[in-house]
Amino acid sequence: MDLYKLTLHELRDLIAKGEVNAKDAAFSYTRRIGRVESDIHAFTTLTANATISMAEAAEKAVLDGKVGPLTGVPFAIKDNMATKGIRTTCSSKMLENFIPPYESTVTSRLTDAGYVLLGKANMDEFAMGSSTENSAFFTTRNPWDTERIPGGSSGGSAAAVAADMCAAALGSDTGGSIRQPAACCGVVGLKPTYGRVSRYGLVAFASSLDQIGPITKDVEDSAIVMNVIGGHDPSDSTSADVPLPDFTAHLKDGVKGLKVGIPKEYLIAGGIDQEVYLAVKEAIDVLKGMGAEVKDVSLPHTDYAVATYYLLATSEASSNLARYDGVKYGYRAPEFTDLLDMYKKSRSQGFGPEVKRRIMLGTYALSSGYYDAYYKKAQQVRTLIKRDFDEAFKDVDIIVTPTAPTAAFKIGEKTDDPLQMYLSDIFTISVNLAGIPGISIPCGLTRERLPIGLQILGRHFDEETVLRAAWAYENATDWHKKRPTLAE
Amino acid sequence: MKFETVIGLEVHAQLKTKSKIFCGCSTQFGSAPNSQTCQVCIGMPGVLPVLNRTAIEYIVKTGLAMNCRISPYSRFARKNYFYPDLPKGYQISQYELPVCEGGHVEFMVDGQLKKVGLTRIHLEEDAGKNLHEGIKDASHVDLNRTGVPLMEIVSEPDIRTPEEAAEYMRKLRTILRYIDVCDGNMEEGSLRCDANVSIRPVGQKEFGTRAELKNMNSFKNVAKAIEYEIRRQTQLIEDGGRVIQETRLWDANQGITISMRGKEEAHDYRYFPDPDLVPIEVSSSWLEEIRGTLPELPDAKKDRFVSQYGIPEYDAMVLTESRQMADYYERTAALSQPKLASNWIMGDVMRELKNDGAEIEDCPLTPENLSGMLKLIEDNTISGKIAKTVFEEIYRSGKTAEDVVREKGLVQITDDGAIIKVIEEVMAANPDKVADYRSGKDKLFGFFVGQVMKASGGKANPAKVNDLLREKLS
Repeated sequence: MDLYKLTLHELRDLIAKGEVNAKDAAFSYTRRIGRVESDIHAFTTLTANATISMAEAAEKAVLDGKVGPLTGVPFAIKDNMATKGIRTTCSSKMLENFIPPYESTVTSRLTDAGYVLLGKANMDEFAMGSSTENSAFFTTRNPWDTERIPGGSSGGSAAAVAADMCAAALGSDTGGSIRQPAACCGVVGLKPTYGRVSRYGLVAFASSLDQIGPITKDVEDSAIVMNVIGGHDPSDSTSADVPLPDFTAHLKDGVKGLKVGIPKEYLIAGGIDQEVYLAVKEAIDVLKGMGAEVKDVSLPHTDYAVATYYLLATSEASSNLARYDGVKYGYRAPEFTDLLDMYKKSRSQGFGPEVKRRIMLGTYALSSGYYDAYYKKAQQVRTLIKRDFDEAFKDVDIIVTPTAPTAAFKIGEKTDDPLQMYLSDIFTISVNLAGIPGISIPCGLTRERLPIGLQILGRHFDEETVLRAAWAYENATDWHKKRPTLAE
Repeated sequence: MKFETVIGLEVHAQLKTKSKIFCGCSTQFGSAPNSQTCQVCIGMPGVLPVLNRTAIEYIVKTGLAMNCRISPYSRFARKNYFYPDLPKGYQISQYELPVCEGGHVEFMVDGQLKKVGLTRIHLEEDAGKNLHEGIKDASHVDLNRTGVPLMEIVSEPDIRTPEEAAEYMRKLRTILRYIDVCDGNMEEGSLRCDANVSIRPVGQKEFGTRAELKNMNSFKNVAKAIEYEIRRQTQLIEDGGRVIQETRLWDANQGITISMRGKEEAHDYRYFPDPDLVPIEVSSSWLEEIRGTLPELPDAKKDRFVSQYGIPEYDAMVLTESRQMADYYERTAALSQPKLASNWIMGDVMRELKNDGAEIEDCPLTPENLSGMLKLIEDNTISGKIAKTVFEEIYRSGKTAEDVVREKGLVQITDDGAIIKVIEEVMAANPDKVADYRSGKDKLFGFFVGQVMKASGGKANPAKVNDLLREKLS
């Protein structure tokens, strides 16, 4: 049996029952990584020693009868979540050698649940991008076609799951960075409600939008991981003190009578690929066939979402990234004449072009004289976008859209046109602005055998309904079982 | 041309919380560099601030004590700028919605009541410190102070003279110490002051261009720096020049302000609401709870002292400058005559404290022992003069006045016979002076009083000596 091909819950159950040894499971993945990583480039750091000691701890836990919800399950963690003693780079030259002396809340919860860390996953630098082409180190390849991008910014995480290089992964999503790569790689990616998962230890890009979530092989795995990482954290003032349900409890309750909204603005959006459009339409029919009630809804401020996002996210980023100044840690230019010169050279050399572009955009938007026209106006529009969803969710329980307008594009295809690149997130960005949960699940393959993602959105803190609809669709179709064929 | 000065003060007060404003690190002053830091206050990637609730309580308490409106809803904002002592590249402060708005404080200057309005009081985190001394070709950074909670108390431009500025500062310190939210130590920097100073021709409505003065680490220096700045600006204008808006550093050694031009100028701080922190909400029930913890404030206490103890307004003000001093006075006055108590505390006790560089809470003389001595004066057991000697004896020793009087035989001589005996001895020893006095040299009376007191070892009751001498000499 190739253990690495199993879903998280299949593997977990075998380990918990003592039928599979946690160390064997870990080795199955490390061997798999050894065979395909040179084609995929999903990892910035492989944690050989930590992997072994965590697998041994899992083995011991099973023997001691102390099995946790994730005992022995091997994970990839996006490289913007602090792991104590393990390099956390954000795929940036700035933090190339940064080793955090503390652990993020999500990874300490995974540790408590018994997980095994395989490595840190590549990403667009500081999570800014939709393709991992902005990684300072290398571009991750899409396992379905290594000439193509895996999506981003959590491209390393999604590719690692799709290529069976881990049982599950964590990503972070500021404007679509979990869902879009999940769609591109044909796996399941959930962005929880803002405030559902602690951001403590997540290197901030845009604090009011960032949210950590699971990237998994199926919907049940997503629910299992959410049970572990979700919930209030006193170390994060923006994490919500609301009850955490058992996300697996009503997973299989079906969609009969569920009201599904289709936003008309999304299906007429420019640039939507015909194959994507048809796959999503078909998916809606599948839901209808299972007893869901489909309705048109309107999200009238959709057109402003991308502009709003690129003002707010960059404004926050310009401030969040100010700490990388070469003084305390991280990259410092080898030569400089004085303090100002040290700042300028360290930041010019330490950040890549997209990060610098966004810092400049955000700095401009916050500048005196422009603040009202840009930052403040964008906040007002954000409120309108949020209201659009509040209104729509008065009539429906979930909203269904494509995750991305196209399947994975070719490496280098959009690097010269940042605006075109930004439009990859056109369907995902509003969701972060509104703070609601959204999942991307596989709903088809293009003629070129590239995965297509279906996005399902829900009300604030109603991941349960989102997961339930996603599971029902998944159970009725086979798309999630499709795997890329990789030469080993 | 005659000029009028316009002064506004921005006072930074460090709050006495045990831990920092956004993490659990200690706020203790004077520890080894960077020994009181963690990933949060150092601003490592991915960390998040969590607000210290006590800091809110303290600023609300301050706002109530200074007659401010307390906002039920306020926000933190980021003030963005680069400096090595600012690890995040921004300071978490407040901008659009501070905790306290409006308000005023009142104090006396030259016997006149002065009222200064407050614009706002907001909460922020302190920055660290750059270290240069003894380091070659580099600067080091100490982040112990980073994240210590600060209140910024911003006054309206209501202050007109350097003396008013210093008195305003004193009054702020008095209030802050009363409500126990700041230790008010200017040397250690727990109370700091920036002064915005401008001048304008008398009668002109518009403000002149202001200079911002920094680095004054005592009340005296606040007054001196402003005095210097007024002279400088007046001279400049009279010579046909123009004041430019700038930050100037007070150099206490040279007694001048020096331009910091170029370094701190033209900052665009790009304030925006901090997305890592939720808004601060002060519910009316919490507000009332905090109001309930307020002690009697200095102004109210002063008024009460005047009416309850019948002491002059000035005395009451001095005695209420600190809560500890007021308590000391009240404990003494409860056991002895209040006016006598205030005279001795404001005179001898304060002199000893000043000599020792001590505060009233360190005073070795207990109010009970002091009032014990005052009672001996009241009932004529000792004279005021002998009391000075007794005071010296009891101040540090912990002995009671009664013990000292007994040990040293300092009981006042009030017996007529005994005093007459001394008078007769003095008269016998100075027959010439007696003759001179009797022939009209009235001024010699003082000489005889002195001699009698001296011969009695200072113990004779002075009033009796006076009466009996007059009788004997006539």
